[in-house]
Amino acid sequence: MLEVRELSKVFFEDNDPRKPGLVALHNVSFSVRQNEFVCLLGPSGCGKTTLIRIIAGLIRADRGEILVENKRVVAPGRDRCMVFQQFGLLPWRTVLANVEFGLEIEGVPREERQAVARQYLELVGLNGFEKYYPHQISGGMQQRVGIARALSKKPDILLMDEPFGAVDAQTREQLQEELLKIWTKTKNTVIFVTHSIDESIYLSDRVIIMQARPGRIKEDVKIELPRPRWEGDVRADPRFAALRTHIRESLRC
Amino acid sequence: MAAHDEQIIADLGLRRESARSLYDYPNVIRALSVLCFLIAWEIYGRRVDPLLLTYPTAVVQAAFALITSGELRRQMADSLTTLALGFGASVILGVGLGLVMGRSRIASAALEPHINALYATPQVALTPLLMMWFGLGFTVKAVVIFLFAFFPILINTASGVRNVSASTIEVGRAYLASRTQILFKVVFPAAVPFIMAGIRVAIGRAIVGMVVAELFTAITGLGAMLTLYGNLFETAKMFVVVIVLGVLGVVLVRATQALERRMARWKETERAS
Amino acid sequence: MALSTLEQQALAELDLVRQKPFRLVDHLGLVRWVSVFGAILLWEVFGRDVNPLFLSYPSAIARAAVQLVGAGQFTQQALNSLQVYFIGLAGALVVGIVLGLLMGRYRLAEYILDPFVYALDATPRVALIPILLLWFGLGAPAKIAVVFLSGVFPVLMNTFSGVRTVSSGLVEVGRAYGAGEGKIFTKIIMPASLPFIMAGVRLAVGRALIGIITAEMFAAVTGLGALLVRYSSALATDKFFVPVIFLALLGVILTRAVEYLEKRFAPWKETERAL
Repeated sequence: MLEVRELSKVFFEDNDPRKPGLVALHNVSFSVRQNEFVCLLGPSGCGKTTLIRIIAGLIRADRGEILVENKRVVAPGRDRCMVFQQFGLLPWRTVLANVEFGLEIEGVPREERQAVARQYLELVGLNGFEKYYPHQISGGMQQRVGIARALSKKPDILLMDEPFGAVDAQTREQLQEELLKIWTKTKNTVIFVTHSIDESIYLSDRVIIMQARPGRIKEDVKIELPRPRWEGDVRADPRFAALRTHIRESLRC
Repeated sequence: MAAHDEQIIADLGLRRESARSLYDYPNVIRALSVLCFLIAWEIYGRRVDPLLLTYPTAVVQAAFALITSGELRRQMADSLTTLALGFGASVILGVGLGLVMGRSRIASAALEPHINALYATPQVALTPLLMMWFGLGFTVKAVVIFLFAFFPILINTASGVRNVSASTIEVGRAYLASRTQILFKVVFPAAVPFIMAGIRVAIGRAIVGMVVAELFTAITGLGAMLTLYGNLFETAKMFVVVIVLGVLGVVLVRATQALERRMARWKETERAS
Repeated sequence: MALSTLEQQALAELDLVRQKPFRLVDHLGLVRWVSVFGAILLWEVFGRDVNPLFLSYPSAIARAAVQLVGAGQFTQQALNSLQVYFIGLAGALVVGIVLGLLMGRYRLAEYILDPFVYALDATPRVALIPILLLWFGLGAPAKIAVVFLSGVFPVLMNTFSGVRTVSSGLVEVGRAYGAGEGKIFTKIIMPASLPFIMAGVRLAVGRALIGIITAEMFAAVTGLGALLVRYSSALATDKFFVPVIFLALLGVILTRAVEYLEKRFAPWKETERAL
């Protein structure tokens, strides 16, 4: 489905473009299967956001390549869509118009895209909020709008860059559960960036642990907890605790 | 930058493609742009009637003449004295009255309608009346400068004082500070960033006021030179004065900005924490 | 919010009645009106005692206003001024917004233009009036040029900084959804910088008004500024105040109108600040 091969990225200093400032990624390789939920976990500066932005086609890698269905990724495309850390909502558009945005860019006629947008707003539980502006709703609701907007393009791969980093702890758990419920319906492939160990275990099939300076993959951990995970208290499961201890150790050294 | 990183970059054989682009040298583009403009002006200006349009070299000559004769220095000293006096008065009265209006809701209710009415009136329109009242000399110029600069300072000070949060004032009360102590040790320092912002706006307006007053009284100062040389059709000399005024504006605004940054330095740390 | 039964019981037990002595702070509206009428009254009383050449008084100004408006001359000059004002302002808006957008988005445009923009913006525009009158004569073109120059820079600078502060995050959202340069311009950058543009317009409206009055006063041929000079040199102080008051009202109305438009077209501003 998705293959990342020998990816390297170097950031250069702004004021002296010839001087390298940071090796954000060094020889990163991994692959993701269809319908897999993969978390990229690591401390800040480990290149996980850079990696997801390269996959999205927003920035270019210096070495290596990314293949989606055996085609090289060079620019943003229909097959991938991004959910942003700070939600990335357009403040001058209502909730509905924000969800419409992706289809509007593709040139889908107004009536059709509004119908699709309403459908996805219902999926994330926001029907009735169509006419609100982003600043009038809570952070958790704003990110639901962001998710609805991304899903409305029916992407094969959903890229999520610390999507729940900017909301409070309770809302965060609620959103995690809802994301899993939505995912069981839409069945996208998801790549999810986070720095929370618990979040990564709770959500994913696989956690890719990354390390900083230079950014590289430390370990690839399979999460073999039963799904659906919102039934019962998965976080209290001894296997969950064992994974948490293991990943924390792995991150530490 | 760790040596380790450099090793990796060397291994990868990475080098930024097109290390030098035109955009890395913005000042070159700027200089070229200005140079082209000056040359075009010089060529075109020499062909046109010098009464109407001058050209760069003529402006430089005129500047030289005005500087060596001492006229520019004399008129500038005159303008700056008036500016200092009028502006100084507006700072003192604006901050003083602003503190009163910010602290007392009664004073604010009583004065606000008048202030708003005067502020809404384009102050230039009052200049002829002021000339009738105060004559054509030093006084009228100082008064016009005062009127131009006074309102931004007053309004900013008042809203700065009102913006001091109740919890900040409560800190003062909890430590048993008296009303005057609260005013000078809590409220005033907290309002300083607002006051400085008002002063920055006011300095620009004060310069406009100075030029307007001098244009109309047409006796002394840089503005008077404009009127005088305008009547004599000496365009090159007019440009010298305009350039001097532009430089003066930049210098004074930059100076207030520097002062603003110094006096409101804590504002940055507050935002960061 | 309604009180719960427990709260009501507690209140009954405590038997509290809110004391309400007379305090001036509770009657600020009254203070305001007393202050305004007091000032007008004082002006009327003292104004009559002062030499009418130096200071007029409210009733004389009102009489002069009725007389001037009735004679039609005032209306004619006001229309003349307004026409010039709106032509110049419209030019300033168009040029300011277009150049601001270009300079904000394209670095080449920025580097070519910004030396001139900064130089002209720093120069007090009033200082250019004598030169402009020399070039364009004493009629409408010179005044339009003055209004244009007074209004164009606030719009340009604000549009420019608006485009610049559009968070790169929002541009990235557009790119992630496959928008090309044109779509990014019309769907992201222009709406995002609209609040800034409107703030520039609000400034420009006031600056342009000052510009036109100064130019008319200096040329002293037509328009409200010319009337000001004429009445003051004729020592007709009561008539002098009529255009002054008209201009003050005009300034307030225009600013209010722009503020209304700002609210109407940029209702999302709250988050704009938060981003």
